[in-house]
Amino acid sequence: MSRLSTLLGRETALAWGRGGGALVAVGFYAGVATLLPLAIGPEAQRLASVATGAAWVALALASLLSLERLFERDYEDGALDLLSLSPLPLELTCGAKCLGQWVATGAPLALAAPVAAIGLGASPALAPLIFACALIGGLAFSFVGGIGAALSLGARRGGLLTAVIVLPLFVPPVIFGGGALDALAGGLPWQGGFALLGAYAAAAVALGPLAMAAACRNALS
Amino acid sequence: MVKLLSARGAGVIAALELRGIGVSRGGRRLFSDLSLSLAAGQACALTGANGAGKTSLLRAIAGLVALEAGEVAFGGIDVGEARAGGLHLLGHLDGLKPARTAREELGFWSLWQGGSPALAESAVAGLELGPLMDLEIRRLSAGQRRRLALARLLAAPRPLWLLDEPLSPLDVGWRARFGAMMQAHLDGGGMILAAVHDPMPIAAVSLEITG
Repeated sequence: MSRLSTLLGRETALAWGRGGGALVAVGFYAGVATLLPLAIGPEAQRLASVATGAAWVALALASLLSLERLFERDYEDGALDLLSLSPLPLELTCGAKCLGQWVATGAPLALAAPVAAIGLGASPALAPLIFACALIGGLAFSFVGGIGAALSLGARRGGLLTAVIVLPLFVPPVIFGGGALDALAGGLPWQGGFALLGAYAAAAVALGPLAMAAACRNALS
Repeated sequence: MVKLLSARGAGVIAALELRGIGVSRGGRRLFSDLSLSLAAGQACALTGANGAGKTSLLRAIAGLVALEAGEVAFGGIDVGEARAGGLHLLGHLDGLKPARTAREELGFWSLWQGGSPALAESAVAGLELGPLMDLEIRRLSAGQRRRLALARLLAAPRPLWLLDEPLSPLDVGWRARFGAMMQAHLDGGGMILAAVHDPMPIAAVSLEITG
């Protein structure tokens, strides 16, 4: 147990520092959220109708940005060898890495999400649900993204490959979260979409580490 | 022997046995039918030309590379258990993060590999790393970095050391001192398998890999 918490602490610290970590992810997020009104046009009416959706898609992209080096750095410097030679199953180790990633970048992004959406014109009443969706969706993004990061180990331009592998897997959480937010904004029941988002995140947390560990073993051998 | 037994409890590796193993990499047969038997307290110097497969052999023993033929046994201990907690692998790549301090890295690896803060402290003293501990790894020289990687061997007691050219960046004085550390490990019932190009500073059986 202490081994797992030590690893989680290290991974969170590494994710926090990785290429600027949280600050860069939030900065990228703010940048995308600022670009959108420039492209769509400044009319408040039109912006407000896409605000939550735009904030949500920008969040998925910002999560992707920091995933690139999740396994690659440990793979390149030999740390992944030593991490795998441990009584702790590699699956748990991979899960801890994703969890650390989520704590260090997913949580700050979740805090930024309502700010971005309200800035684009969404109703402030949506803020709690946007935060909750971003937090839970971020968990799914981390664990699903980890699969892509592990699968692209050893490839040149691994980050790009990660994005190509992972973006299709981001489709369900984007739909579920966006649906829940749209429903709440329209005064409809939002619980269904939110529950599906939670279910997707739970499945990602449960199954993602199996795929990541298998991909890591394959890359090491 | 007593030291390792008390530190690790049950499941201590007391022997290393390679029976007719063969390894291929990228479709090329590196070596085949390689056998070795190492008992507690023995060291083995692994030699061979560049590319002969010394690193692959060490990684195969650690279970990171699949064997094409033969088997690896650790003297009656379950293979998975032995690999999980019974061996240290020190390769060309040391797994140390450039942006973290020596203290953070040694502290983490010591706990991760089953050691304790007290053991990490004694490893720091043994390798004279004290003044370097608060520096970021990127500030260390190659030799200092290697000493930090070697400190991991002492910071967590594991009986089998698999070392890949452990001496290369060390100066003459440190080569001799690391020789003494290896001797102490053997005297405590440990085992060492080291890929080397220079003669080992301790008594060791030798195993040459030929294609």
